[in-house]
Amino acid sequence: MRKTARFISTAGVLTTLLGALGTAPQLAAADAELIAEGKKIAFDRKRGNCLACHSIVGGELPGNIGPALVAMKTRFPDKGALRAQIWNPTAINPNSMMPPFGLYEIMTEAEIDKVVEFIYSL
Amino acid sequence: MYNIALTASLVALLAGLPAAVQASPSDDLKSFREYYMKRFPGIPLSEYKNGVYAINADARKSWEGIEEFPPYEDALSKGEKLFNTPFANGKTYASCFKNGGKGIRQNYPYFDSKSGLIKTLEAEINECRVNNGEKPLGWKKGDIAFISAYMASTSNGKKINITIPDDPRALAAYERGKKFYYTKRGQLNLSCSNCHVDNVGNRIRSETLSPSLGHPSHFPVHRLKWGEMGTLHRRFGGCNEQVRAKSFPAQSQEYATLEYFLTYMSNGIEVNAPSSRK
Ligand code: HEC
Ligand code: HEC
Repeated sequence: MRKTARFISTAGVLTTLLGALGTAPQLAAADAELIAEGKKIAFDRKRGNCLACHSIVGGELPGNIGPALVAMKTRFPDKGALRAQIWNPTAINPNSMMPPFGLYEIMTEAEIDKVVEFIYSL
Repeated sequence: MYNIALTASLVALLAGLPAAVQASPSDDLKSFREYYMKRFPGIPLSEYKNGVYAINADARKSWEGIEEFPPYEDALSKGEKLFNTPFANGKTYASCFKNGGKGIRQNYPYFDSKSGLIKTLEAEINECRVNNGEKPLGWKKGDIAFISAYMASTSNGKKINITIPDDPRALAAYERGKKFYYTKRGQLNLSCSNCHVDNVGNRIRSETLSPSLGHPSHFPVHRLKWGEMGTLHRRFGGCNEQVRAKSFPAQSQEYATLEYFLTYMSNGIEVNAPSSRK
């Protein structure tokens, strides 16, 4: 719920900002903004640092510990399952090498939301 | 947060390793070694004295270039000089060790039945100093690393030979080190084994993860990143901190028992110290 509310309000701000420019459809513009922010967080070594383990399009020197993150919509028809993997991978695989980004507060909930949007766009 | 970390780790440990927890040290050694032999077929046990360069041919070339003019040469000769310089009371380090301190690295660390503790080579270097009226040295770098490196270098080619005597305290020390090794810790929730066993040979970013098999054989090392020489416990501390866990003090029993476990796992591999690393 909280997540949806934030999404709408962010989209609202962007609508106001971008509305005047009359470019892409408004929701798509909001998406693009979230995705761009998510990408920044995901690539930041101090926050997501996903490239330590995953190859992701647009990221340099990726590790190869986890699977390449591609075709995520096919892999995760349910976006919630994708978020769950990022929030606490050890719920699915107790010995997972992937850090529990939500459970151990490595990223904030808002940051995770943005990263999910980015990963889901891959 | 660390409470959560510990609980999760124990769950992971229990879920992942029910059989291994009860295994005897020699069973552990056998399966530890076999795991790497299967993972890297064709690489003999004797190669594991070279750390990551045993399994990464590309990195090995540039490493071999560096080793032609080793960056630790200075430190090594300082170590030799320090080792041979008498204390104020006229005695030398040689007086504190078996065989005058030469060719003994492969037997460290060992279980000391008097104190019930694990003794590392560095611990005994400082003990020697204190017993002879000198101040102890800092643990992680500088003179202690130089002396330890020199002493290890006189043991090069000798095979690591750690024993676990028939004493419940020795076995407990081994088990403690083993548990430390397999326990997930830190905000990133990673165990030593997650990186150096489960993902050995994989890349974390551009860094190839080295096998733990043989880890203690080539320490102390000179690291480019440090710009100097450091001890094994300094490296343990670094690997703890990189998963955002609190490191333990060098020469704490946490690290001494970890070294005991890891060195026992490396039995049969030649001492090959010091060495250079990125
Ligand atoms: C230290 C290693 C590591 C890091 C850092 C890491 N992951 Fe992972 N990831 C893994 C591993 C290993 C898997 C395989 C499944 C498992 O064991 O949990 C995985 C699985 C996944 C999956 C499921 C892929 C699939 O097809 O099943 C997704 C999605 C994912 N990671 C996203 C991320 C994101 C987003 C980040 C950064 C915010 C990240 N990972 C950081 C190691 C890592
Ligand atoms: C997040 C991954 C990760 C974890 C967890 C980790 N390490 Fe490391 N470790 C590395 C990397 C990367 C290096 C440098 C490349 C190499 O030699 O593996 C390294 C290097 C080392 C080295 C030096 C190897 C050499 O030949 O110079 C030792 C020893 C070591 N680790 C021990 C440990 C121990 C013990 C633990 C647990 C307390 C641990 N590591 C946990 C990633 C990790």
